[in-house]
Amino acid sequence: MTDKKQRIDIHAYLAEMEDIPGTRVFTAQRARKGYWLNQFAMSLMKEENRNRFLADEKAYLDEWDLTDAAKKAVLARDYNAMIDEGGNIYFLSKLFSTDKKSFQFAAGSMTGMTQEEYAEMMLKGGRSPEGQRSIKEGR
Amino acid sequence: MARITAGITSSHIPALGAAIQTGTSNNDYWGPVFKGYEPIREWVKEPGNTPDVVILVYNDHASAFDMNIIPTFAIGCAEVFKPADEGWGPRPVPDVIGHPDLAWHIAQSLILDEFDMTIMNQMDVDHGCTVPLSMIFGEPEVWPCKVIPLPVNVVTYPPPSGNRCFRLGESIRAAVESFPEDLDVQVWGTGGMSHQLQGPRAGLINKDFDLNFIEQLIKDPETLSKMPHIEYLREAGSEGIELVMWLIMRGALGDKVEELYRFYHIPASNTALGALILQPEGIGAKPPKVREQVNA
Repeated sequence: MTDKKQRIDIHAYLAEMEDIPGTRVFTAQRARKGYWLNQFAMSLMKEENRNRFLADEKAYLDEWDLTDAAKKAVLARDYNAMIDEGGNIYFLSKLFSTDKKSFQFAAGSMTGMTQEEYAEMMLKGGRSPEGQRSIKEGR
Repeated sequence: MARITAGITSSHIPALGAAIQTGTSNNDYWGPVFKGYEPIREWVKEPGNTPDVVILVYNDHASAFDMNIIPTFAIGCAEVFKPADEGWGPRPVPDVIGHPDLAWHIAQSLILDEFDMTIMNQMDVDHGCTVPLSMIFGEPEVWPCKVIPLPVNVVTYPPPSGNRCFRLGESIRAAVESFPEDLDVQVWGTGGMSHQLQGPRAGLINKDFDLNFIEQLIKDPETLSKMPHIEYLREAGSEGIELVMWLIMRGALGDKVEELYRFYHIPASNTALGALILQPEGIGAKPPKVREQVNA
């Protein structure tokens, strides 16, 4: 007989994922919620779709089974709101690439800082993890 | 017989590809990053150091895999892999040429070794795979070696544990060593280091964590492999979880390794960047002249 396999408690595991300040981990729950938003973003990997989207964003979005909140978030390019709707940054990267924007632009836009302030913070060594590790433990 | 001759780690961020494409790799911002890769580029050109095959461990960034198919570990067994169109047109780099004989051999061996791989016979490769090739091989007409892409899911939770990745690396080593052809094979672990691309906490960087990670990766990967996901997320940012892929590389190198080169730099866009050359015991390649650049 081998030693009993040590199992991770999935409930504790998932609860911890929600304990990180300013972070929405792409769990199954979010992946399910954001299924169509992410699939819409994927569709922008084709040039003809990018062109159709840019020509009439609202009409293109209406072709997808998206919530009103998700559509609104896309039209406003509100990346925090898109992530709240289950969007994932790597899927959403197809959207900001279609806009000819960078990962730094998109990431910075979610912090409440201006692009310049965000770029400056990165040049100075980035955001410290101090106080940003755990909501419950306040560390 | 085939053998593992080196392990390399590299960033794979798209901004590096963009810097090459826009001719800005010498500017004040990107210059130090490309200078940090120079010793790797020189070293890999030396006789004996150019691999026949690279097993390139990376994560697909919602390019080959959408929300419909999410393999934890996949292996590219095709003859050729095209650069993916990620929204700005495909990267203008050569096609990635596979090594189907070795790839299928590894896939079969891994499955017999209880790693249930997803076999990809048709797959586009995104920046995760092609940016490290550009950073290490420059801008050739054709890549100087065959490549076996090995995508790992680190996007949809849960990704594989550090331990699972480390053990996969060990099994890859055994698989390579049982391939009858004489081939020099490198394993590259890409992604990282600390970074977070989403939410109000975006921009997180943790130099202490990163440098400790490098030390432990080299000296005590067994202990490092036990680190739970939550530690990566708390300490190295939500996308810092990519570092589990470095453990696949490390597992493939065996117990003892020699560090030939270390580069660490902050910032590269949103990330802390780490690039290493490690060599399994007994290979005996000479290190680059410069052994270390740490700009942080």
